[in-house]
Amino acid sequence: MDKNRFFFQHYGLTEHDLERYLAAALSAGGEYADLYFEYLSSTSLMVDESMVKSASQGISAGCGVRVVVGERTGYAYTDDLSSERILHAARTAALIASGPSKTPVVGFQEKAARSLYPVTLPSVDAEITAKVELVMRGDAAARAYDPRIKEVRASYSDELRNILVVGSDGTFAEDSQPLARMNVSCIAKTEGNSARGTSGGGGRVALDFFFGEKTPEYFAKEAARQAILQLDAREAPAGEMEVVLGPGWPGVLLHEAVGHGLEADFNRKQTSAFAGLIGKRVASEKCTVVDNGTMPWRRGSLNVDDEGQPTQNTVLIEKGILKGYLSDKLSSRLMGMADTGNGRRESYEHIPMPRMTNTYMLAGQDDPEDIIRSVKHGVYAVNFGGGQVDITSGKFVFSASEAYLIEDGRVTAPIKGATLIGNGPDVLTRVSMVGNDLKLDEGVGTCGKDGQAVPVGVGIPTLKVDRLTVGGTAKKDSGGFMQ
Amino acid sequence: MPQTELITKNQKLETDLREVAQDIVRRAMAGGATAAECVVREGDEFSTLVRLGQVETLKEAGSRSIGVRVFHGQRSASTHSSDFSRDALDRMLKSALELAKITSEDPFSGIPDASQLGSLAGDLDLYFPDVYSLPGEERINYARRAEKAALDYDPRIKNSEGGSFDAATGHKVLANSHGFVGEYRRSYCSVAAVPIAQSENGGMQRDYWFSVARNLGRLDSPEEVGRIAAQRTLRRLGGRKVKTAKVPIVLDPMVATSILGHIFEGINGDSVYRGASFLAGKLGEKIAGDHVTVIDDGTMVGGFGTAPFDGEGIPTRRTVVIEKGVLKSYLLNTYTAKKLGLQTTANASRGLAGTPGIGPGNYFLQPGTKTAKEIIAEIPEGLYVTEFLGHGANLVTGDYSRGASGLWISGGELTYPVEEITVAGNLKEMFFNISEIASDLEFRGAMASPTIRIDGLIVGGE
Repeated sequence: MDKNRFFFQHYGLTEHDLERYLAAALSAGGEYADLYFEYLSSTSLMVDESMVKSASQGISAGCGVRVVVGERTGYAYTDDLSSERILHAARTAALIASGPSKTPVVGFQEKAARSLYPVTLPSVDAEITAKVELVMRGDAAARAYDPRIKEVRASYSDELRNILVVGSDGTFAEDSQPLARMNVSCIAKTEGNSARGTSGGGGRVALDFFFGEKTPEYFAKEAARQAILQLDAREAPAGEMEVVLGPGWPGVLLHEAVGHGLEADFNRKQTSAFAGLIGKRVASEKCTVVDNGTMPWRRGSLNVDDEGQPTQNTVLIEKGILKGYLSDKLSSRLMGMADTGNGRRESYEHIPMPRMTNTYMLAGQDDPEDIIRSVKHGVYAVNFGGGQVDITSGKFVFSASEAYLIEDGRVTAPIKGATLIGNGPDVLTRVSMVGNDLKLDEGVGTCGKDGQAVPVGVGIPTLKVDRLTVGGTAKKDSGGFMQ
Repeated sequence: MPQTELITKNQKLETDLREVAQDIVRRAMAGGATAAECVVREGDEFSTLVRLGQVETLKEAGSRSIGVRVFHGQRSASTHSSDFSRDALDRMLKSALELAKITSEDPFSGIPDASQLGSLAGDLDLYFPDVYSLPGEERINYARRAEKAALDYDPRIKNSEGGSFDAATGHKVLANSHGFVGEYRRSYCSVAAVPIAQSENGGMQRDYWFSVARNLGRLDSPEEVGRIAAQRTLRRLGGRKVKTAKVPIVLDPMVATSILGHIFEGINGDSVYRGASFLAGKLGEKIAGDHVTVIDDGTMVGGFGTAPFDGEGIPTRRTVVIEKGVLKSYLLNTYTAKKLGLQTTANASRGLAGTPGIGPGNYFLQPGTKTAKEIIAEIPEGLYVTEFLGHGANLVTGDYSRGASGLWISGGELTYPVEEITVAGNLKEMFFNISEIASDLEFRGAMASPTIRIDGLIVGGE
């Protein structure tokens, strides 16, 4: 136990205190209890009309106490880290159980965990003037791209989350989790026509990331390019057709179509369309899908999850066969399966549950150009907004923000944004080609579940889905697209 | 369950939050600010989820936070904290004052004029401590009863994501350097059920229903909530796709509210001054069908969008947004009003961080006279939408494309369920093509719409 001990140093917390709180949490006989301490500091900046209009900083700290008995969870939290308030929260959460008090394991054990984001100076502590420079450069680059770019907003935000998780089973885990992100959105205008474009990225990185690897100019040009392109977009077709997804962010398909459906809580409750399908074919044999929380610097990565369990690389689908679920402590105990380190929560105010980290499909053998060439009439979608899924019926959507028609094996006109809709358990069975060009997204994903938002990553290589419904406004006839 | 009574009050030391807010403002001014504004929020929450008759989660807690916005002339910045210790508040103030030096001079920035500030008089019926009056076991029973009513309704309801009961209270204080200080409390409780139905071939469907109110007495019975949740879920069983077609669509009130939400996005001052909305510059012009009248009213007694003053300390009011299809007013806060050379409509929303945004009061589409059933009866072939999926609305271009599910209308009646389809069009035309508005307006939140019919959309399927 030689790490930074943030809460010991800043709040005078001791191991003895932690044992006392856990004992209070188990005072009514719970089977397991844990404490989640969080100290979050954040900064955000926004440039609009080439002015820094908004700058803010904030601090949020608190402790959540959870008590588990069987399938029942009691939860209470406090934003006051005094002994008195934490004990009160612990006794409140304890009431989920009713029985003689239990004793927590004596002595904490810290598991060895990775160091996936070893920043020396967290961006949240870096000079604010450097961050101002980033947003101003983003603004300037977007405007310089094309005179038709009229409105630009560039924003930058970062945070540093210090956490400590201790459990009545001896769990002891600390982490210091940086997260930074830059965004540029712009509107292109011509006489009687407007269009928007957005771009952004980041990760669990230090500020220098935006001065080296991915500059404000990189994001600004991308946002401006999309806006200008959309000025000339034609109506999107409607109906079922072949769809080719470009590499990277279109991996939101996996997140919605299969990722959520494979979260263990839904499967324990048999409410997922994927319940009971372990060992069964749910995708074409070209598809191998993983959830990997151990990728250095990535937005979706974590050294330990929010229950103190080290994250891992979990195979969800291997060559089309469903291999496993994403689990947290509760699900793994109730389902008798391994804890995959996917127990996450938005903050100390929230109960952890199984969540994705970085979810992506491994690269295949196909040349992306061959994939396009194989399509007679279809859609090539390269950028997406968000998505949504009904995990029970399996129906999911994701909304293309940059897409093109494919006609006779060639990418032709850009089309307007359209929603794509499909059925999770069978969409991947229709994947007939998988490119050799796996890419992960730039680091912008935020996933919402039960009102809790957590940062995630997604990725795919270029993929061809033989049949997917495209929600355009131009009706398709047998000969091609009606405009 | 234990016999011990659940403890619901936030037992923090009772400090006078008005005094805290005013003190921060005074100290900001003493520290060199030319104007300052402080917001303090305090809240308690309780929630319980019962699944298959057993308590699954019980949660309760209280928290509070404070935020300050300071101005140095026309530069501004904000900071916030959940820690109310003297040290933490000192740090919060110091960072705000420093941060305000690096932002740009914006000629339109500032807090409202002193003459605009104030608070609606009288009891707005927003706060009822009775949301916490039920003993712990009774609260759990509310959740249990809602779920049981759903499970018992039909043998095809085979599973459940549970029944729930939630209660919360919030207390908000706002003070600024013009001497304004105001505060209000609001309460809320809700009961919900999320049943899962399974058909003979194994296909599952899930839907939900809920009741929400500011006081316990106005909450629908858990049995009623469970029964409606079951009906909504059962009618989805056996959903199929339909052929791609252009047909009239009818949106149930929950779904229609999302269309009203797009109008809100389009007429809110922030998108208007940036030209990020196709409705920018359309004041006084026809933007929707003749019978479309949209009102925003932050003053309705007991409303979910009611408050005595907005996020900047200006008394809320009633604004006619669209009258008979003509755009009469944008919805604005002080900043966007100044940008557009207009007066604020008292729609400032104030979070802890950043500059004030724009939020609705009680924002609704004026109801018509027909029932939803009568509207459906006039349609030979069409789609009744009960759910939209995804976020495919672009307010810059008006392009609209979303996933949908619902029921097919044939011969004026609801027939079989449909799913895995899309609905697409352009909002510019959709607002004009709202051809029918039903009489069934009911508030379940700050925004509400009756059932509406829209023509000319493309339903995408096979």
